[in-house]
Amino acid sequence: MTYHNPPTTPRKSATLDDYTMSEIRRAAATGIYDIRGGGAKRKVPHFDDLLFLGASMSRYPLEGYREKCGTSVVLGTRFAKKPIELKTPITIAGMSFGSLSAQAKEALGRGATIAGTSTTTGDGGMTPEERGQSKTLVYQYLPSRYGMNPDDLRKADCIEVVVGQGAKPGGGGMLLGQKISDRVAEMRTLPKGIDQRSACRHPDWTGPDDLEIKILELREITDWEKPIYIKIGGARPYYDVALSVKAGADVIVLDGMQGGTAATQEVFIEHVGQPTLACIRPAVQALQDLGMHRKVQLIVSGGIRNGADVAKALALGADAVAIGSAALVALGDNDPALEEEYNKLGTTAGAYDDWHEGRCPAGITTQDPELAMRLDPVRAGRRLANYLKVMTLEVQTIARACGHNHVHNLEPEDLCALTIEAAAMARVPLAGTNWIPGFGGGGF
Amino acid sequence: MRTIDLAVTPLRELNSELHRQSDGTNEAEWEILNPRGQHAVAVGVDAPIKVAVRGPVGYYGGGMNKKATITIHGSAGPGVAENMMSGSVVVKGDASQYAGATGRGGLLVIEGNAASRCGISMKGIDIVVRGNIGHMSAFMAQSGHLVVLGDAGDALGDSIYEAKLFVRGSVKSLGADCIEKEMRPEHHTQLATLLDKAGIKDVKTSEFKRYGSARKLYNFNIDNADAY
Repeated sequence: MTYHNPPTTPRKSATLDDYTMSEIRRAAATGIYDIRGGGAKRKVPHFDDLLFLGASMSRYPLEGYREKCGTSVVLGTRFAKKPIELKTPITIAGMSFGSLSAQAKEALGRGATIAGTSTTTGDGGMTPEERGQSKTLVYQYLPSRYGMNPDDLRKADCIEVVVGQGAKPGGGGMLLGQKISDRVAEMRTLPKGIDQRSACRHPDWTGPDDLEIKILELREITDWEKPIYIKIGGARPYYDVALSVKAGADVIVLDGMQGGTAATQEVFIEHVGQPTLACIRPAVQALQDLGMHRKVQLIVSGGIRNGADVAKALALGADAVAIGSAALVALGDNDPALEEEYNKLGTTAGAYDDWHEGRCPAGITTQDPELAMRLDPVRAGRRLANYLKVMTLEVQTIARACGHNHVHNLEPEDLCALTIEAAAMARVPLAGTNWIPGFGGGGF
Repeated sequence: MRTIDLAVTPLRELNSELHRQSDGTNEAEWEILNPRGQHAVAVGVDAPIKVAVRGPVGYYGGGMNKKATITIHGSAGPGVAENMMSGSVVVKGDASQYAGATGRGGLLVIEGNAASRCGISMKGIDIVVRGNIGHMSAFMAQSGHLVVLGDAGDALGDSIYEAKLFVRGSVKSLGADCIEKEMRPEHHTQLATLLDKAGIKDVKTSEFKRYGSARKLYNFNIDNADAY
């Protein structure tokens, strides 16, 4: 009998996988890091790793279509003369005109207004379209101060001082030349077509002691009317939240690493910052330690996609959430109906993230007038409103099932975790046990 | 003239009174006594009034000013006249860091020295400093003019866009993408106008050098990475 040496099955490296090697080749060919939009794409512990327990013998539920389950939230009760009241705890996160088309900004305003929630400006200032269509508009106060002026500050319903964002804690904005159209350039006082890199630090304050004085100035200028938010990326949530309280925030926006951006280096998006799930409990702990939980409201963002995510964030102690990337999907971003056009851009629907190139076939992340015209702000706004309403109904469904007559009564005791990692991060027991890793306990 | 004594009147009341003034106001002249380094003095004014502050102010004095003529008879803390839109702010003493930061219009005159980051991220404001300015001044300056009769510190005009800088004394170093440029006749005219507006008559425009953007970093090129 003759034996042949069997051929070795080709084996690819887990370390140098296809994506990693393609990145090495891309870097070698182009000499520049990869820039893209969106948030972290890697899999990290997330809300999917938590489950609600529901009511049974020890708790009783509320009737799904009969008994009331409130969803409203009031933000800015600490110092502002005019806190805002929203019908749903799901808000729209800051996204700039410049990164988004004017039509997309208008659609966000329309959708948020129909659903009874707020929307937020971004780096580049306030456009008349979004102010006109947004009943409640949060005005971002950013390091670049592009388009910043006291008239718009006074027109806003709230002011959000942006210290960081989840996609890139420690990084500034980026808008490449393709998207610096005449209108964007004028609003930002920049030459047309340049690669614009916004500062990562504010130009006229450093640290929480200064920020306290900056907030005093903003309050004085707006006669103490507007709630003032501080937005932070998910870096060191316990200390960052404590210092935000010290600096005088009415509301804190905490954005985890799945939170999106218009454009940043891939290495930044995927390797800096903590998952949203890991940020919430330390943030809430800081508020509780200071006796400020529910007095300074906490808005959580970064990877919120459905009512279950919202309910879980609220149960862990948030007062509200914000959505960005998911709102763009509701408007029409990455729609499979545009597959042919995504293919022409070398990608596929669901994976398109070259938002900085300004060639968005859906007319959302572009300044090309022809592409932008594709987005009907009225229709897209309606889609967003529908999505917000569905999510709100989903949160109510879960809250009633857990026996709560307001979504804010959801609590960590309503939850268990499917993985040890999620149990440790969310500080809820691993399913089937009373074990919270890092917090003692054990057995059943 | 309306006089408000900050030794007895809360800051909130002062700013609130100033915000009540509009274009046709009869109360066109204001005097603020005893500011004693308080922050956010006379911020967000939006009326063509004259405000004399008798003493030093803390952070953000005259911040976001529109239309008003504010004179600080003393020194000013960080961020004086930050994000000014129009009108003018005159500091009779020295100014701390970030003077005129992100200003979009109007005229800021500092009769003493200004510390670091003077004119940072300026977007159209004109700033005239009689003394010296500190390091990283006009960082990412987008538009407007910065005139310095004395010396400038390290990294002047780092990552500058289209703002124009005129310095009479020495410049310790220039920041990334900032270069000395020729003083053409139109620049002499511009500078003369600015000096005149600032009430400065004892210097000649020929004593100044002009600095601005080399415009080499406007679009990213990997071979320029060392410049960042």
